[in-house]
Amino acid sequence: MMASLSSHLIVLPILLPMVCGALLIFLSDRNFPLKLGVSFFSAGGLFAIALSLLYLTENNHWPGGVGVYLAANWMAPFGITLVVDRLAVVMLLLTALLGLGALWYSSVRWGRVGVHYFALCQFLLMGLNGAFLTGDLFNLFVFFEVTLAASYGLVLHGYNPNRIRAGMQYIVVNLLCSSLFLVGVALIYAASGTLNMADIAARTPDLSPADRQLMQTGTAILAVAFLAKSAIWPLSFWLPTTYSAASPPVAAMLVLVTKVGIYAVLRLWTLTFSEGAGESAHFGAQLLLWGGAVTVAFGLVGMFASQEPGRMASYSAIVSSGTLLATISFGHAAATSAALFYLLSSTLAVAAFMLLIELIERIRNPAAAMLALTMEAFAIEDEPQESAGVAIPAPMVFLGLGFVGCAMIIVGLPPLSGFIAKFNIFHALLAGHGDEALRASGWLLIGLILLSGLAGIIALMRFGVRTFWAAPIAKAPRLQAMEAAPIFMLLLVCVLFTVQAGPLKRYLDRTAASLHDPQHYIEQVLTRPAVPNPGDLP
Amino acid sequence: MEAVLAISIGILFGSGVWLVLRPRTFQVITGLLMLSYAVNMFIFVMGRAKINQAPITLTEDIDPALYADPLPQALVLTAIVIGFASTALYLVVLLASRGLTGTDHVDGKESTE
Repeated sequence: MMASLSSHLIVLPILLPMVCGALLIFLSDRNFPLKLGVSFFSAGGLFAIALSLLYLTENNHWPGGVGVYLAANWMAPFGITLVVDRLAVVMLLLTALLGLGALWYSSVRWGRVGVHYFALCQFLLMGLNGAFLTGDLFNLFVFFEVTLAASYGLVLHGYNPNRIRAGMQYIVVNLLCSSLFLVGVALIYAASGTLNMADIAARTPDLSPADRQLMQTGTAILAVAFLAKSAIWPLSFWLPTTYSAASPPVAAMLVLVTKVGIYAVLRLWTLTFSEGAGESAHFGAQLLLWGGAVTVAFGLVGMFASQEPGRMASYSAIVSSGTLLATISFGHAAATSAALFYLLSSTLAVAAFMLLIELIERIRNPAAAMLALTMEAFAIEDEPQESAGVAIPAPMVFLGLGFVGCAMIIVGLPPLSGFIAKFNIFHALLAGHGDEALRASGWLLIGLILLSGLAGIIALMRFGVRTFWAAPIAKAPRLQAMEAAPIFMLLLVCVLFTVQAGPLKRYLDRTAASLHDPQHYIEQVLTRPAVPNPGDLP
Repeated sequence: MEAVLAISIGILFGSGVWLVLRPRTFQVITGLLMLSYAVNMFIFVMGRAKINQAPITLTEDIDPALYADPLPQALVLTAIVIGFASTALYLVVLLASRGLTGTDHVDGKESTE
């Protein structure tokens, strides 16, 4: 009885933000504290649920730490399946943390400059959680679309011509990707006759040569959709424009949306094309490796070339995507575990940087000027008072230290978590898996990652010197505690990753090991019995 | 029948791609619509093209070759709804962009030639 009750916990990360988001639509904008309260309730609840799912998967509550939820009570290849394993839990925790940070930051100012901001945030969280939990290819499409639909609205949030132009291009690129996604899904269905990811993986080794070709074509088209979302070169041109135009808390959330593409690649690739996949094993690894490497190179050139901090942060997101894809492509557990560590630390750092940029910009232009355009476009009359809220003492110290912290994690300088993450990657690449060619490409990748770190240092230092030392500062900007706190929180989590690197790495090692041994996952999903009909019980 | 379907999907897809690459927002949205029609037909055909056959099997001792595959039909339905909604959203953004920038160029300004 307990087992069946706790399995309902798996569906909650989707239901909670959906219900809260629907509720928020009907609340009037005048009742701002209540809207904020509901949003925080949902985000806090998601964090608590993710923590309890972590506890359940770690303590073998479900066999082997794979929890399966059969929606509508059909057994696995039929009906809708939600699956929670270690990777899904890690991503859920990351989503909840970033969601909390972005909400907290927007509670001061950005939540007020448009309609339905909080509702859209909830739907974004719902889509992200759903994409991480689903065990079915078509539902992955649906949750991708939920995420994207919410992100379309959020990119436009704070409505000015710049955002509309960026939003228009963002929408077209993503609609095209959705078409490709559907074509890929249809081809995979034609080849394998199923859409359940575990079932596809189970059938892949036994496909006839003709079907295998169809299957690989479908997967390749699907991969184009995922890789465009995770901003691989040459499909990444939309990213800097969109991220630098979006409002800061939205840009912080979008950093996570790029990681959904990487999650999907990691999940499907390890599941379907692992060692046991026969002829199809490691299909596309070369493409991932070289695509990732070129993306890192593109990102580092972009970081050099950009003057605005927003674009610089966007290019650092591209560098982190490229590093992740190239590292994952090595296809062994050590590399995957190192990549996951890097994913956690770089996502949090880039998101914190996105938030921090706006506060740093206030050194040069006071906040009122920044928002004036937005407020005018939206016809909001009551200007947010500069003096409202508790100001933090020594704002320049906070900004400077926050900037240094973010920069150190992004470029990977010791002693913060960015360094540990990159060190892990190097260690995994050198640990001596695979043949001569693989080792050579490992060295090449290490060189590129080091070079991207150097480029990052130079670009960020140039920006730091220009802002903090060379700018004629009339008076330090006034920072509210509520705006500074979320950035502090995100950076604190990165510090925690540094201090607790051992336990975290061991957990990620277990995650990667179970990813590279998909038989267990497949077995768990396909054999989970449906709940018996009450009428059949004795 | 397969040839007719394949050719029509190909024409729709090709025209859609060409239109999406054009500089005017109206051309882009028409292209997106054509692409989504092509994709929907493609999904439908992936369940094997069949004419005038019921999609649902009720009893167990029948020949599945005599029935159409119901799953792609369900998928197409979902894909139509999602595609329709996001295209409608794009239409709103298109109009907002036209109103704010005064041009229907996708970059928000005319290219200077």
